[in-house]
Amino acid sequence: MADLTTTFLGIKSPNPFWLASAPPTDKAYNVNRAFEAGWGGAVWKTLGEDPPIVNVNGPRYGAIHGNDRRVLGFNNIELITDRPLAINLSEIRQIKRDWPDRALIVSVMLPMNEQSWAKYVPMIEDTGADGLELNFGCPHGMSERGMGSAVGQVPEYIQQAAAWCKKFARVPVIVKLTPNITNILPAAKAAKDGGADAVSLINTLNSIMRVDYDNLTIYPATDGKGSHGGYCGPAVKPIALHMVAEIARSRETAGLPISGIGGITDWRDAVDFLALGATTVQVCTAAMVYGFKIIDDLVDGLGNYLDQKGFASVHDLVRKAVPSVTDWQYLNLNHVDKAWIDQDLCIKCGRCHIVCEDTSHQAITQTVNGARHFEVIDAECVGCNLCVSVCPVESCITMRPMTSGIDPRTGRAITSVKADWTTHPNNPGRKRA
Amino acid sequence: MSTTKPVPDDADVRAGRLGDEQIASNFADMHPPLTKSEAIIDADRCYFCYDAPCTTACPTGIDIPGFIQKIRSGNIKGSAHTILSENIMGGMCARVCPTEVLCEQVCVRNTHEDQPVRIGMLQRYATDPIFKDSIPLFERAPGSGRKVAVVGGGPAGLACAHRLAMLGHGVTVFEPRQKLGGLNEYGIAAYKTPDEFAAREVEYILSIGGIEVRTGVALGKDFSLADLRAKHDAVFLGFGLAGVNGLGLEGEQLEGVVNAVDYIATLRQENKARLPVGRRVVVIGGGMTAIDIAVQSKALGAEQVTMVYRRGQEHMNASRYEQEFAQIRGVGVRTWSVPRRLLVSDGRVRGVEFESSRLSTDGKLEGTGQTFTLDADVVFKAIGQKVLWDRLGDAAEFVELKGERIVCDEERKTSLPGVWAGGDCVFGGEDLTVSAVQDGKLAALSIDRFLKDQGVRGK
Repeated sequence: MADLTTTFLGIKSPNPFWLASAPPTDKAYNVNRAFEAGWGGAVWKTLGEDPPIVNVNGPRYGAIHGNDRRVLGFNNIELITDRPLAINLSEIRQIKRDWPDRALIVSVMLPMNEQSWAKYVPMIEDTGADGLELNFGCPHGMSERGMGSAVGQVPEYIQQAAAWCKKFARVPVIVKLTPNITNILPAAKAAKDGGADAVSLINTLNSIMRVDYDNLTIYPATDGKGSHGGYCGPAVKPIALHMVAEIARSRETAGLPISGIGGITDWRDAVDFLALGATTVQVCTAAMVYGFKIIDDLVDGLGNYLDQKGFASVHDLVRKAVPSVTDWQYLNLNHVDKAWIDQDLCIKCGRCHIVCEDTSHQAITQTVNGARHFEVIDAECVGCNLCVSVCPVESCITMRPMTSGIDPRTGRAITSVKADWTTHPNNPGRKRA
Repeated sequence: MSTTKPVPDDADVRAGRLGDEQIASNFADMHPPLTKSEAIIDADRCYFCYDAPCTTACPTGIDIPGFIQKIRSGNIKGSAHTILSENIMGGMCARVCPTEVLCEQVCVRNTHEDQPVRIGMLQRYATDPIFKDSIPLFERAPGSGRKVAVVGGGPAGLACAHRLAMLGHGVTVFEPRQKLGGLNEYGIAAYKTPDEFAAREVEYILSIGGIEVRTGVALGKDFSLADLRAKHDAVFLGFGLAGVNGLGLEGEQLEGVVNAVDYIATLRQENKARLPVGRRVVVIGGGMTAIDIAVQSKALGAEQVTMVYRRGQEHMNASRYEQEFAQIRGVGVRTWSVPRRLLVSDGRVRGVEFESSRLSTDGKLEGTGQTFTLDADVVFKAIGQKVLWDRLGDAAEFVELKGERIVCDEERKTSLPGVWAGGDCVFGGEDLTVSAVQDGKLAALSIDRFLKDQGVRGK
């Protein structure tokens, strides 16, 4: 099987799967179990100043469920570690000693003053941990105290804090970014400019899960009141992938190593992050939903995939899809796709028809010669992929490019000449072709 | 040692073959209701098809994906309303519909994974709370002052009455038996509708108001069709099939030869532990009644129950699922066997002689000449029912019949102006509760149009 060993900032781990800084990495007991299960690394739950913060004694988590109560989205209002610093440091030291081959990173959150960094960074490094991750991301609780996302939302603060940390640290420093911004690039660039060795993203998104339908209060609530929490899980993966890809393809941040985070549940999610520019991935929600055993599929699923693709190592996969990400204006407007329904796979649920009929382009039949039959009408199909997205049968509907002839919808000949918006006649600001 | 000579062929028909507990267990709910978790899991499997095949297959046209979606969202009351607004007996139909040949047969999940969404069970899940707690879902329109007579308090009549009452008309239901419900109350196998569900459903239907009930009175005996027409603005006939087809064999009237429907009616009303049941039971027929009597005989403690049908399994009216259910419950099934002779001694039946049969080259049923005999303490006749026209007075003289059943148009109008009909007494029906309900509903809507039209013209 392909080599899953990953080297990130010189830190080796037997596979690219790290547990993210979160409840699963708050104690030696949990991290030990994770490493026994086969996780490649862990980012210890965020340490802060002593005395430790306190947590609520009520619900910390909420979830959005899909079919079979599968957790699609997850949120939390838990703060950083609520255990004394000394206990954490001694456990980190022990774990690193017991598991020298695993990556052990320590997450840190400190106030915006240099003295704090000067005081705590050396103490943490002294545990033998492989690196530091700066938590500039948590959107709840700590942000009210000027930390977490309150730092991550201001590029100047990111740069300053990263610089302070780098000043006192010998081990690599990763800056964990918040997605609660409009553009991830200034934040990533600030981390780079502050001297950070890498970025990890995304942290969680501001969120309220729902209301309690009986009491008409926010849910979950603590004694009748609730606060917005950090949203994560499979539902946030696309947001994370976009941000990772932006950093990976931007000229100003290109080459900045990335640890990808956001909704990774099985090996395919990991492939998404790696191919779009991450070198390692971090997982929290999936472990909190299913336990540490999911590492089995992550590891051998990725290994089998690499073998199938002919990649010798994880590093060969990294960034493979980055060149395919571009701006909308560069998409080839001469390309024509048409949906196609495999009648052997079609179960005749009619969902493709009704969504196309009600909400799109009236391009799928309901009956043909009086019989229930769903078929794409090429003369109406704009190739939008809606039917593919809603069909309950995988691979039943596929998009097929037209390579020759006339597009029956537009009456225009298919051409292999590429043409995008920058030169389109309808574009008032077009360039000359 | 006994000095009395044993009589080995003496008929063995007696009550109490099984203990009370065993009988209770044998007649317990055939399919216990879904738990909330089970319902959600199954509801999640529904794809919310467009122009859904299940809805098309439902004789009452229930919006099945719609009601399942409402189960998923926790809107159980809305789900029940979706069901009951098309089929007021949606609770009973959830228990007795042969879903395996209706909605569930065409579920697209069958194509995908050979396992349909359990629509019937979900329908029961959604409707049970409504009947349990008598939650009103329907209101009467303001009274129209018009009066409609409904003859027969079975599924067709009650569905018709309920819809008419909803539309504001005054309804009188005439029912010869002591209880309303028809076959739901007197006919369907007990394990399909335990806990007096049929009675609760009737009570719910009547709770809408505007329905007067007169039991113990019969058309042809206590009143005539002409009387009804004279005193009402419209009449609905839903008197079902009171007669039983005979075998046409000598000795049919003797002890031990029993109409399955009569026995089931008794079984539904009486203490089951006190019902005499034969040790060896032969059931003649291949429909639902045959299955129901065979399985229930077994449940009462009969040792040997054999269902005998003159054609093949694929020709039986009972669905394949029901046939398999009977076999699982220990009923033997013999096909291609025509009863030729009742074996009689001492004034009672002792067995039946059958001739093996086959289809001739021109597709007709013919005997092979080979015969066999089954010993029987009881022989149940379950080869279909018929309208007892000779007991219905003038009714037969007025309405057009075909095959001894009433001819109706699509709106369930008979040939006689102002008279509608539905349910099993109508020609071309499917002999299903759900079809009877649809007949009643369609007739009520047609009657309503007729009455409104009359009202307009009256002005």
